[in-house]
Amino acid sequence: MTIDVAAVGLRLADGRSRAPAWRRLLRSHSGLVGILLTGIIAVAAAAAVLGLTPYDPIAQAPIDRLKGPSPTYWFGTDQFGRDVFSRSVAGVANSLTVAIVAVSLSAVIGTLAGLSAGFFGSRVRAPVLAVTNVLFAFPPLLLALALASAFARTWFTIAVAIAIVYIPIFVRVTRGPVLSLKESDFVKAARVLGFPTSRILLGHVLPNILPIVIVQVTLSLSWAVLTEASLSFLGLGTPPPAPSLGSMVLDAKALADLAWWTMAAPGAVIVTFVVGLNLLGDGLRDAFDPRSGDSG
Amino acid sequence: METVLANRVTRRVVEAVLALLGVAVLVFVMLRVIPGNQITASLGTEASAALTPSQEAALRAYYGLDQPALAQFFGWLGNVLTGNLGISQRTGQTVLDMTLAALPVTIELAILATLFGLLIGIPLALLSASRPNSARDAVGQLVGLAALSVPSFLLGAALLSLVSKYLHYNPSAQGFARLFEDPGLNFQQMLFPSLVLGFGLAAPIMRTGRSALLEVQTQDFVRTARGKGVTALRVQVRHVLHNALVPIVTMTGIQFGYLLGGAIVVEQIFSVPGIGRQVLIGLQQKEYAVVQSTVLVIALLFVLVNLLTDLLYRLIDPRVRAS
Repeated sequence: MTIDVAAVGLRLADGRSRAPAWRRLLRSHSGLVGILLTGIIAVAAAAAVLGLTPYDPIAQAPIDRLKGPSPTYWFGTDQFGRDVFSRSVAGVANSLTVAIVAVSLSAVIGTLAGLSAGFFGSRVRAPVLAVTNVLFAFPPLLLALALASAFARTWFTIAVAIAIVYIPIFVRVTRGPVLSLKESDFVKAARVLGFPTSRILLGHVLPNILPIVIVQVTLSLSWAVLTEASLSFLGLGTPPPAPSLGSMVLDAKALADLAWWTMAAPGAVIVTFVVGLNLLGDGLRDAFDPRSGDSG
Repeated sequence: METVLANRVTRRVVEAVLALLGVAVLVFVMLRVIPGNQITASLGTEASAALTPSQEAALRAYYGLDQPALAQFFGWLGNVLTGNLGISQRTGQTVLDMTLAALPVTIELAILATLFGLLIGIPLALLSASRPNSARDAVGQLVGLAALSVPSFLLGAALLSLVSKYLHYNPSAQGFARLFEDPGLNFQQMLFPSLVLGFGLAAPIMRTGRSALLEVQTQDFVRTARGKGVTALRVQVRHVLHNALVPIVTMTGIQFGYLLGGAIVVEQIFSVPGIGRQVLIGLQQKEYAVVQSTVLVIALLFVLVNLLTDLLYRLIDPRVRAS
């Protein structure tokens, strides 16, 4: 995957002359379906953030416990009579918030670190790569788990834990292209013209690796959503009573005999969202890289 | 060229050792940051608050908490290097014994999962690549996308619920059977967890396999094989797949970290007493000794497998060796 993405940047120069990337994205099936699926979930999540769910996601209605799906409760109710639809939507909003904060942090820090490690000499490169190697020596979920339990458990610390896990990925995908861009004529020209290094890095090199970063952001978002859900399934994610997709599935596991919908609803929401993000990521990669048209 | 290869190998080994040292530091620091210490973990917060100062000092000395952090770190590292991984308060066993019991279980799980991953992923890749952009390809890619997008905790929980509800079959409800004690029951208990893990693994194998197969298919020797009348299936398996194996093997090796992480989730769902569950229980019980040593063992395993994959890859493919 790293190699694929790295190749995107190198071919960007000839990609510029074709139709703009967003138009190519809309023309591909995977891009279109991806935008649609993520769009639906994102709108629902935004509505949940604004409090527009049909029921209060944490309000209990003991009289309506474990009701199946019906016009009143679209996805049924759970063991406390809470509306599963409202909880699923609020849960995806929580997961998405954690994922967006986590990926933004890791994208900004990782890209800047990758830029510096690729552009500057070994004084900068060595420590950046040392930290990257250490973080890469952990299985990702294990690192997230250990970090999440080291901090006090709030949604923000979980986002930070996930961010730390993904920083090295951004370092790795950006450093290679920066190494080759550093030797390109336009960067050499900018140097000869006496531009300050910050301007060369941010104004000349960064825009050329942005496509790689954007693709990586989309793919990382889907991993971050899955990681957040896995952590809360293991009991180390967003603390209750805030609804979370992972802990909903965990609760539903005990109820599966009585109320299949309590697992099906959060499961369907998370799968829809991750499928959407993966398709969007594939579509974006194809859009930025005209040569890989065969995977659309 | 020999020396170039030797230098590269040495460099990778040195990098791996340095990374492990970094892992040890990070794990040590992380566990010191966790609120509460060994005393509150073993006695509970209320009982530890009621300790007299002299009792507390005695306990701190007993757990080595009165030492400076650096001394604690090197003490721990020295112990680990000599095989003393600490003792679990909960079970009274040494962490080394616990790890030696749990590790083979997780390795068995990882091997079975890799087998399932290859058994699902490679046929899918062959199916997709045999006619790109056709209905077949769409089916293959759709299954690959599902494998990528369905989290293992969801698949595991759903599988467990469905099978026990409709088939009244739940081998995990009995005590865990070790491989050499009761192979039949052990295989039944390992089947679902390794299927769930393997399904997730099938996604990257399928995707890498498909693009590798597509690339090999366009090469001249494949056209030659077709031209001399070799059957389509034989071309696909003997000529194309054979040459596409290197990226597939590499991808499978790279996914080992995913397997170890996924093992935590899957072992938890199916009550498999592997190393992932050992970390999770250690974290829940705040057992420093168990968590820090087990995490270090897992990282060691992960770094070793990555190193081996990297070296194997250079050995298998003469083109990489030459460049």
